[in-house]
Amino acid sequence: MIPLSGQLLNLLAAVFLLIAFAMLAQRRILSLIHLYAYQGLVLSLSTLIVAYSTHQPHLYYSMLLNFLLKVLIVPWILHRLIHRLNVQWDVETLLNIPTTMLIGLALVIFAFNLSLPIVQLAGTINRSTLGIALASVLLSFLMMITRSKAVPQVIGFLALENSLIFAATSITYGMPMMVELGIALDVLVGVFILGVFFFHIRNQFDSLELKHMEKLKDN
Amino acid sequence: MEILLLLFVPLSGGILLALFGNHRLAAELNSIISFLTLINAGFLTARIISYGPIVAFHEQFFVDPFNIFLVTLTALVAFTTSLFSRPYMRIEQHHGKLTENRLRLYHCMYQLFTFTMLLALLTNNMGILWVAMEAATLTTVLLVSLYRTPASLEAAWKYFIICGVGIAQALFGTILLYFAAEKLLGIHSSLLWTHLDKIKDRLDPTVMSVAFVFLLIGYGTKVGLAPMHNWLPDAHAEGPTPISAVLSGLLLNVALYAVVRCKILTDGALHSHFAGNLMIGFGLLSLIVAVFSLSHQKDIKRLFGYSSIEHMGLITFAFGMGGPIANFAGLLHMTVHSLTKSAIFFTVGHAAQKTRTQVMENIRGLLIQSPTVGWGLMLGSLAILGMPPFGVFASEFLILTTAMKQQPWATPLLLMALAVAFAAIFGKVQPMVFGETTAQRTPRPPALLPIFVHLSLVLMLGLFIPMYLANWYREAASLIGY
Amino acid sequence: MTNLYGFIFQFIQLIMTLVLSPLLLGWINQCRYWLQNRQGPGVFQPYRQLVKLFCKDAVLADNASPLFRMTPYFLFACMCLAGTIVPVLATNLPFASVADVIVLVGIFALARVFLALAAMDIGTGFGNLGARREMMIGFLAEPALLMVLFTPAFISHSTALTTIVDTLSHTRFIIYPSMAFAMASYLMVLLAENSRIPVDNPSTHLELTMIHEAMLLEYSARHLALVEWASSIKLYDYFVIGFALFVPWGIASGNHLSSMLLAFLALFIKLAFAGFGLAIVETLSAKMRIFRVPEFLGTAFMLAVLGTLTHFLLEA
Repeated sequence: MIPLSGQLLNLLAAVFLLIAFAMLAQRRILSLIHLYAYQGLVLSLSTLIVAYSTHQPHLYYSMLLNFLLKVLIVPWILHRLIHRLNVQWDVETLLNIPTTMLIGLALVIFAFNLSLPIVQLAGTINRSTLGIALASVLLSFLMMITRSKAVPQVIGFLALENSLIFAATSITYGMPMMVELGIALDVLVGVFILGVFFFHIRNQFDSLELKHMEKLKDN
Repeated sequence: MEILLLLFVPLSGGILLALFGNHRLAAELNSIISFLTLINAGFLTARIISYGPIVAFHEQFFVDPFNIFLVTLTALVAFTTSLFSRPYMRIEQHHGKLTENRLRLYHCMYQLFTFTMLLALLTNNMGILWVAMEAATLTTVLLVSLYRTPASLEAAWKYFIICGVGIAQALFGTILLYFAAEKLLGIHSSLLWTHLDKIKDRLDPTVMSVAFVFLLIGYGTKVGLAPMHNWLPDAHAEGPTPISAVLSGLLLNVALYAVVRCKILTDGALHSHFAGNLMIGFGLLSLIVAVFSLSHQKDIKRLFGYSSIEHMGLITFAFGMGGPIANFAGLLHMTVHSLTKSAIFFTVGHAAQKTRTQVMENIRGLLIQSPTVGWGLMLGSLAILGMPPFGVFASEFLILTTAMKQQPWATPLLLMALAVAFAAIFGKVQPMVFGETTAQRTPRPPALLPIFVHLSLVLMLGLFIPMYLANWYREAASLIGY
Repeated sequence: MTNLYGFIFQFIQLIMTLVLSPLLLGWINQCRYWLQNRQGPGVFQPYRQLVKLFCKDAVLADNASPLFRMTPYFLFACMCLAGTIVPVLATNLPFASVADVIVLVGIFALARVFLALAAMDIGTGFGNLGARREMMIGFLAEPALLMVLFTPAFISHSTALTTIVDTLSHTRFIIYPSMAFAMASYLMVLLAENSRIPVDNPSTHLELTMIHEAMLLEYSARHLALVEWASSIKLYDYFVIGFALFVPWGIASGNHLSSMLLAFLALFIKLAFAGFGLAIVETLSAKMRIFRVPEFLGTAFMLAVLGTLTHFLLEA
């Protein structure tokens, strides 16, 4: 029988996966940012539960870091960005959501299978969520591939990073604090740089559509 | 102490240049900081040579023959490139491609890039290695898009997205590595390479093999291995030329360094040739994809970008074979490739400035306008194509002979690839150097010193390798193992 | 003795299905009116409607076949049967053992086929249109519904509803993440199958995009009353299936009158809350274009599959 904290973690993992799928299907940029913030919240909550139930003090810091960065700061920056870029009501035309979903489903099955041998070696209470973390990683990839605008692609990238941290929490109770700090710093700087970058792209191309940016080819 | 100083100099230099990077003498300041870094690296090298490997600051930093050789190389190329960029960037500014603010950004990011490279090399922590690699991507993204042209923005975006995704895979690999080691080493030391190295044969083979696949694909993206190489030619072609030089000469090397570090651990855990075989596969694939892309290039910097993919493939192949000779050859090739390739980019940069184009058809008769640039390009190309007596010949010869012994089936592929590369590059470089000229004078004289320093070093390495250098390579090669 | 009690309960449950279903519909409508700041006709309006329709004389088209006349009775019978299979008040129902969840889905499918045939029987354009749309939705919703039902079936190792409810309600409290997926999916299927907003608008037959209403245009008087009643029973059935799967607490396992009363009270509260919830969902969402419906139901199916997958990953 799984203890209650384990059950809660499993539930949160399921929600995490659900959010990953929702991101895949979401057309509005603004809702995408909200989903990203929810994902960060789920990540922080599950880190908190792990920290509480295993008495790992460094996980509290990790949780705090995740919460500040992924629920407050980065979504705030993204909000500011899309307001400044005036794309907050942008709706993307996504091709064939059902097909994307089916591919996503196949990816989930693949991820679950891949994670099985690794999970058997882990000793953490939430080890079975590795499959979900891996699945979310692959779904974020899929999202980056299917998106044709710059901002959603970046949110896909950020979701990818979220999923990786989730994977780290699920098999090893998180990475050493210094590494997590480094990763967080990279994410923050990355978002800043990309924010600047969006303006350059818009100045050059008058839109954030990536189809303008397929000119570089060999020959 | 030297380590801290070595990292502190470029970091503080970056901050300093962020403040004064648009000053009249910023380029000189940039060179001076790079020179200080080089001196520091020299001191550190001297210390390693005389006292052996050191571990410092709660084991967070670690220097052994393998990485000190890359540290020195990085510092050297960073310094010579800064010398080259001094007149180059001024001419660019004169041509109206850059504003003062961009120049400040350029100088600042140049130093920060050096810092991340050195951090990636010196750190003992596999997690920090990842952080530094990611930071290197972030600093160079802004450098690639420095001109803010549509093409450069596209290149930078591609670079960021592809490398970002790649590096994310490497993070997953690192997580798995940590997972494999955590049970044996506990929380605090299980990402430290020195500790991992000691217990590598007890790491779980299943986890390690999955981890290595992710790490190889992740860091391999930054090495420019096919099929994740798409960003590389674009980033080389659209960024400022000094950045092309350091990307080819430094970043690819450091990413490969990360792959090799991971390979050592995986080999220890698996006791099989799994990691090596994967690297051989990716190396050969990149080599072949690159040489066949060479012939239909029009842009000179793209051409040499593909040439970098080719050489990285070759080095990956060499490390994949393993063994003392192949590793020796791989290390030597790393050295000579980064020296030669950056020298080539220096000449290419000046050539492009003199003819105001990067399209090879419009670059003609460099020799008439500027014999030094012309001959530099000619000699550099010959060197990179593996002509004796240059150092590339020696390392390629070693790789080929080892391949004949260990992987005989790959030899014809290697020979064919080298021949195709020769035909493609030589056929394109020859008319650019000779014939009627399209070049004009630039407002400032080109920086010729870096070109000839690099080429003469490569020549020296081809003719004889000094005793201590050979010992050094040998030690590093034995560290990498089979 | 047990058997007799069982039959009594079974009978009570049937009566409740018949009586409570219009009330549920009235309650949902009333909640919607409140949410829209309108007065509303009160929760008993569906009863008045039914009485009114039963009192009228039926008008049939000249070319109506017997099938057309049979269908309302058949539909009504199907829905009532479904209502008796689902354990609403107690788990030891004699009827429940004859059918499991797959049969339940089959009964709904059967009713749908008859309704669609009857709609096409007269040969009007709207009837055909509605039948086609109804079949499209059914074709997409049924697999999703089956997948939803499989998740609890895997958890309890049985497809019998009584066993499922027993397992879910009477073992120690466990969080099943897979059931969260199944629940989300079930909600979507419920909306689609019962012609609620955002898939169809139940309160008007003036839209070109109508589905359910388009099929009923030719019915009048007692036939229409039966069909309307059947569809309100269908909604009630979907509600109680949902309760049985996702919030089974309060259901009686023995034959005590007290536990029965408790179960009745629990059911009443659950219906009230769920009805209000549905009204909120309907008020907050806008009707989607018919071409988006496959996407909607595809998502439902995907969620259901995900639920089954997470069951194997997290709970196996």
